[in-house]
Amino acid sequence: MDGSLAALAAHVAAGEKRAVARALDHVEDRRPASRARIAALLSALAAAGGHDAHRVGITGPPGVGKSTLVAALARVLRARGRTVGVLAVDPTSVRSGGALLGDRARMGFDPGDDGLFVRSAATGGDAGGLTFAAHALVAVLAAAYDVVLVETTGVGQTETDVERVVDTVALVVQPGSGDTLQFLKAGVMEIPDVFVVNKADEVALAERAAADLRSALGTLRGAGVAAAHEVAVLRTSARDRTGIDALADALDAHRAALGPEGLAARRFDGTVASALALFARRHGEVGVERLGGEGPARALAEAEARRGLPDVAVAVALGAWLEA
Amino acid sequence: MTKRERPWIMRTYAGHSTAEKSNALFRTNLGKGQTGLSVAFDLPTQTGYDPDHPLARGEVGKVGVPVAHLGDMRALFDALPLEKMNTSMTINATAPWLLALYVALAEERGVDPASLAGTTQNDLVKEYLSRGTYILPPAQSLRLTTDLIVHTVKSIPRWNPINICSYHLQEAGATPAQELAYALVTAIAVLDAVRARGLTQPELDEVVGRMSFFVNAGIRFVDELCKMRAFVALWDRITRERYGVADAEHRRFRYGVQVNSLGLTEQQPENNILRIVLEMLSVTLSKDARARAVQLPAWNEALGLPRPWDQQWSLRAQQILAYETDLLEHGDLFEGSVVVGARVAALEAEAWREVEAVLARGGAIEAVESGYIKQRLVESNAARLGAIERGEQIVVGLNAFRESEPSPLTRDLDGAILVVDPGVERERVEALAAWRAARDERAAQAALAALREALRAGENVMPPSIAAAHAGVTTGEWAGVLRELWGEYRAPTGVAGARVSGDAGQPGERARLRAELDRLAQRLGRRPKFLVGKPGLDGHSNGAEQIAIKARDVGFEVVYEGIRVTPAQLVTSALEEGVHLVGLSILSGSHRQIVPEIVAALRAAGVEAPVIVGGIIPPADAASLLAQGVARVYTPKDFALDAIMADLVALLTAHADAADAGA
Repeated sequence: MDGSLAALAAHVAAGEKRAVARALDHVEDRRPASRARIAALLSALAAAGGHDAHRVGITGPPGVGKSTLVAALARVLRARGRTVGVLAVDPTSVRSGGALLGDRARMGFDPGDDGLFVRSAATGGDAGGLTFAAHALVAVLAAAYDVVLVETTGVGQTETDVERVVDTVALVVQPGSGDTLQFLKAGVMEIPDVFVVNKADEVALAERAAADLRSALGTLRGAGVAAAHEVAVLRTSARDRTGIDALADALDAHRAALGPEGLAARRFDGTVASALALFARRHGEVGVERLGGEGPARALAEAEARRGLPDVAVAVALGAWLEA
Repeated sequence: MTKRERPWIMRTYAGHSTAEKSNALFRTNLGKGQTGLSVAFDLPTQTGYDPDHPLARGEVGKVGVPVAHLGDMRALFDALPLEKMNTSMTINATAPWLLALYVALAEERGVDPASLAGTTQNDLVKEYLSRGTYILPPAQSLRLTTDLIVHTVKSIPRWNPINICSYHLQEAGATPAQELAYALVTAIAVLDAVRARGLTQPELDEVVGRMSFFVNAGIRFVDELCKMRAFVALWDRITRERYGVADAEHRRFRYGVQVNSLGLTEQQPENNILRIVLEMLSVTLSKDARARAVQLPAWNEALGLPRPWDQQWSLRAQQILAYETDLLEHGDLFEGSVVVGARVAALEAEAWREVEAVLARGGAIEAVESGYIKQRLVESNAARLGAIERGEQIVVGLNAFRESEPSPLTRDLDGAILVVDPGVERERVEALAAWRAARDERAAQAALAALREALRAGENVMPPSIAAAHAGVTTGEWAGVLRELWGEYRAPTGVAGARVSGDAGQPGERARLRAELDRLAQRLGRRPKFLVGKPGLDGHSNGAEQIAIKARDVGFEVVYEGIRVTPAQLVTSALEEGVHLVGLSILSGSHRQIVPEIVAALRAAGVEAPVIVGGIIPPADAASLLAQGVARVYTPKDFALDAIMADLVALLTAHADAADAGA
């Protein structure tokens, strides 16, 4: 292994900001020639024995106050003595390829806090509300901090992608947002692990929204949808900083309920899904066909992932099968 | 002799360095025939920081006078009879505090506060939208605004407690109809809140009668003249229909003006005095919609802080119009004019549609919080700048008629502006320490505790603030209580949601820039990432916003930090975000201190990204910043955003070449 990468990984594991920033720069590199180095860095990070962060996705439609909520949650976690890495993902303009990343301005963190790191990333035109590098970016932050918060925009089908890079998904809605309910009932939306009704300062509306969500989940439960009975529905006000402690508790409770095996299985699925997406991004449907179609491609990816490889390495390995 | 109307109040927006120096300036201006005082406060005072706070670095005494406590207020009004003055204070987030200091000063001089006359601007909406000197979230700001109004209507009846200020909306890009609409919805939000306090109808009538506006007058002076007439009509309608004000005198639209600084140019700056005079006509020609008070900028404001002589020139322009010409001998010049009447009607209709659009969104406060208004302004401004860049909107000396004989006025350019002595800041910090040491500490702490309790209990902010002023509390301590209770607000930037103004700039040029950016992205492995922020306390974010949007449109990934970022925040952001370029925007004159400090801190943190600076930077300062490691300096004369973008791409390419060569 490249010695400088091992050294970099060790500095990341020690939570040194400069090293974390450099590692993030590395994994964002889109040049095909960089893939092998990225894979090596990710392996080095796994070997460096850094933190094994709880990876949390905070997702929801625009305007529900996700940034403020992430900021409030990060403060609560810091107050509990846990270090926090934040990945804030914003959409890329389809026309120019550029992006405006405005979230960190609204978070207002203490710049002197070494236990808090915020990185903004653009989707880069990839579908699903995430950047192609999301899995690797999260892996870097997860090696350096106790908790990683991934903020993405979306509701309905688009936010499901965040599921493959995190352990726990919290979906944030605001009072009076009927969309979520419709999506949920129509089965369009994956069921998140935690529901958050933010802006609960609008008390009556928030109570009704929470009650509606609970009743919708009850209906789904009645219909035999398995995950529905485990979903917590919480009310928060990021503005008044209420309900944030309960949210932190609920996120922890979800990870505890997953158990070591559940967690490992979820991360394994995430790695496979992410690797397949990376592979498809580079080689397209034709590439998948050449591996024998979706089923065989997945089987191959699972076999590679079982060797403990990160998603980028799995994708590289699948690419190698094409050459073979 | 013909009977002449009494002229409007002539003011010069003044104040700088220290209370003592500003006091001398006031006395000189009054001696020159000026008839009212308009006090400019420095940014720490406006945003509730004492001179010794880290965010105040480089800002103390820069754009106005620092007032940190009652002692400064004493010095500011030394030997000026408060009971005879008409004092206008451009103060917003800390308006209750500055009024409290003014009242406390009157009380200790034995002057009855009920005899005080003047104005506190006290309008936070435009702070969120453009000027940026807010502290608290909108709901709490509105509460304090309302407290001040309710207090004065009962205790200081001759005070104008609020001056709804659409001036900065035009600076932020508002069209005439938008300026009308957003000023009116602001007034509606305030009056609705005041009425909800349970005022009687006569008290509400009194508040409406005391409410005044502060508007902008741009160079399209016929439109601006019609805008003022539309204001009069719409205000009459709102106060009658919505608030049931019966007396026409109470419904009269009273307004002051600062004519537009936005259109003033750095090129051939002597032309600005002509623009200023034309703009003044739009708010004085209509007798039926004439300004009550006018203040004019100085010809050299695009270069830096004006000197007393520069301000005198603008004051003389007003005096010539009022006293030499026959304007004030006539009735309304436009009564019955078909052309003016039609334009006024069109503006009224367009503005009213926008008023209704905002009210449908829940009113001004909601439309600020959701970013709706801000986004509309950012879009209008992008359209305006695009029109100038394409040459569709002519600006003499800037994009047309650029050849010029050497100007004797700017021959000694660095002498043509006022430079505040950097020693002022140290002196104020020391004076503050001395003030704190000399006061009765227990009384000060008790007053702060009482203020905290009163605010928690929902009581009016004014009485405990006046008590705190007497007890020697400082501006930073007073605002500190508010921050502790309600937190510091960050307003929506309007940048992320703004639609691309597709026709800004030259289309071919944009495609070329995008292709170059794509090539650069290939080479770097990542898309070039550009951090844009405004360090210091200056909140005029229009320039930074336009740069951010333009950079996004040509393909940068832009991390927009917004206003009031500390050097430490900027450095942390640059480091964590892995940016390729850092852009700083500063208009308050604090660049000399702040910029070198930030460059040094970036390098110490291992960030090698080039740093560029934009703002009102005199040439000598620009040279000095370049010598201290800044890669580029852009000033208002660099109006072509495409050209700036092309320059940035070239800069990053050169930087990448150098890095490759070094590797």
